[in-house]
Amino acid sequence: MKIIVCVKQVPDTTEIKVDPVKGTLMRDGVPSILNPDDANALEAALKIKDEYPNTEVDVVSMGPQQASYVLRECLAMGADRAFLLSSMAFGGADTCSTSTTLAYGVNKIGEYDFIFAGRQAIDGDTAQVGPQLAQRLGLPIATYVQSIREIRENSVIVERQLEDGYEVLEVNRPCLLTAVKEMNEPRYMTIIGIEQAYKQEITVWDENDLDLDQNDCGLKASPTKVFRSFTPPPKGKGEMLSGTVTEMAHSLVAKLTEKHIL
Amino acid sequence: MSIIVIEEKCKGCGLCVQGCPFDAITISDRLPVIGAACTECGACLENCKFEALQKIEDGAVRENDISKYHDVWVFAEQRGNKLMPVVIELIGEGRRLADEIGCGLGVIVCGENVDQLAYEAGCYGPDKIYVADAPELKTYTTDAYTKVIYEAVMKYKPEILLLGATHIGRDLGPSIAVKCGTGLTADCTKLDINPEDKKLMQTRPAFGGNLMATIVCENHRPQMATVRPGIMEKAQYNREHSCEEIRLDVKFEENELRERVIKVVKSMREKVSLTDADVIVSGGLGLGGPEGFELVNKLAARLGGVVGASRAAVDAGWIPNSHQVGQTGTTVKPNIYIACGISGAIQHLAGMQESKCIIAINKNENAPIFEVADYGIVGDLYKVIPAILNVLDGLE
Repeated sequence: MKIIVCVKQVPDTTEIKVDPVKGTLMRDGVPSILNPDDANALEAALKIKDEYPNTEVDVVSMGPQQASYVLRECLAMGADRAFLLSSMAFGGADTCSTSTTLAYGVNKIGEYDFIFAGRQAIDGDTAQVGPQLAQRLGLPIATYVQSIREIRENSVIVERQLEDGYEVLEVNRPCLLTAVKEMNEPRYMTIIGIEQAYKQEITVWDENDLDLDQNDCGLKASPTKVFRSFTPPPKGKGEMLSGTVTEMAHSLVAKLTEKHIL
Repeated sequence: MSIIVIEEKCKGCGLCVQGCPFDAITISDRLPVIGAACTECGACLENCKFEALQKIEDGAVRENDISKYHDVWVFAEQRGNKLMPVVIELIGEGRRLADEIGCGLGVIVCGENVDQLAYEAGCYGPDKIYVADAPELKTYTTDAYTKVIYEAVMKYKPEILLLGATHIGRDLGPSIAVKCGTGLTADCTKLDINPEDKKLMQTRPAFGGNLMATIVCENHRPQMATVRPGIMEKAQYNREHSCEEIRLDVKFEENELRERVIKVVKSMREKVSLTDADVIVSGGLGLGGPEGFELVNKLAARLGGVVGASRAAVDAGWIPNSHQVGQTGTTVKPNIYIACGISGAIQHLAGMQESKCIIAINKNENAPIFEVADYGIVGDLYKVIPAILNVLDGLE
């Protein structure tokens, strides 16, 4: 079997702080990581490889040169080959434009049975690139996949997470699946894996390699534009209650009753 | 558009570098260089004290004939032939936007035997209701719904299409957008019409809620957005309201539908309806263990509310993730939100700071949760909560 996994390098948003005076993001020292849901997607592919040893798992990412670090992490976890789609021309892409570039990358990598991606990346939280890529490749899709139940001859049975449960879905193959964190526990890199990952070559492709017109990628091919961005204004600080625990409890209930909140 | 540097004004101070959310600016030879990662968000313009950065129009932008597109549309998501609550919010918001533009409001319903549902949706006040009724549309699948809505969009040309940012809306939205060759903004928390050009301004959180971005889709139609449930004002129900009904032709070829729902499993999760709750009592790591949720539960039950949780408590395995409030969980705005032992990570705040009254109970007086709280109590929640319960029961 052949599986292509789409991954993204993201800033660890849990580490981002807002400068309290200037109200701007402080990115200094914020580590870049493999997007968490993408790690689940890769794990799902590697699990299939554990079961069907003939499986080849390729990882692909669009991003700057530094994104090769997360690709090496994927190799160290057990992926076979890594592809980085990187060019100035890809910069400033929205999700729509990103999905076009990824589609060209996937098609150049070649035949596949599955494409896996994370449900969403923690920097943008859009969850859009997966379904957009499926649409561009003309593939059926299941998003929010929490479990792969059975791989059949021409289809796959998955559980797709819903807000109030899940549905069991049969999807024709080849198809694209997006993974949620409940799907599995991503494996650690092994020492041997890390060693080998640094010996391996990462294939880097730009728009010429992909035969992709400059006008069809990056900012130029992005229907949506950022009009402005701003840090959300913090809500004003409220009242700190004081006294003994009983006094505070009394005063809280009194205040809520007074304001007709209770 | 692109960002340019006015060299005479630039002092090379680097404030723009610090202000860039995308790490797109570097300083070379004391001048900023705008790199490929630039999205032209303009954060650097705001940061620059010397007006040395400017946003300029680029020349040729590929255009569609956007003047042919009219009306605001809302996708009426149903499950088990019941409207999702977010649909009523979207109709309310859609009406406001349509009035500002001066256009009509349409609602599109897909399902099987949806006459009653279409009538219900119509009572919330749209001008037109588009109905696709077929057995293949009974339960959502990407292929079937994408095809039907794509064809309707091509035929009737709405200028705006809104969907709820539910698991289904976030699957359907991007699929339709690519087919229509247009853009899509995910998880909007605020929508506005630009009074100058009547275009849709779509505001959403990014970077885990650390940054808000207002997105526009200038030259492609429809302008599409998914909207977070629980944020917009609900439309009023009026049994008397009548609207024009348009039946859509629905036909599927054999083998055209490549996804099949075998069964839908409702888990216990549905009992937690965080979005609809008036009172939410949430617990975090400060509870010290899963047993802490018993106390949280007691207070919630006493106030007629439901139990929420921080991501940390969910990740610790103390409570199922259906209880999670925050950026990656559910966005809530109840009348009362009581945060017990939650320090207030920005992702959590992003999901609850719109609550009408926030009460924080925490041992650490410097916890960020107090920054958004209307009332703060510094103390041991294992003493404070029982005291509140006693006062409520008139025992103290």
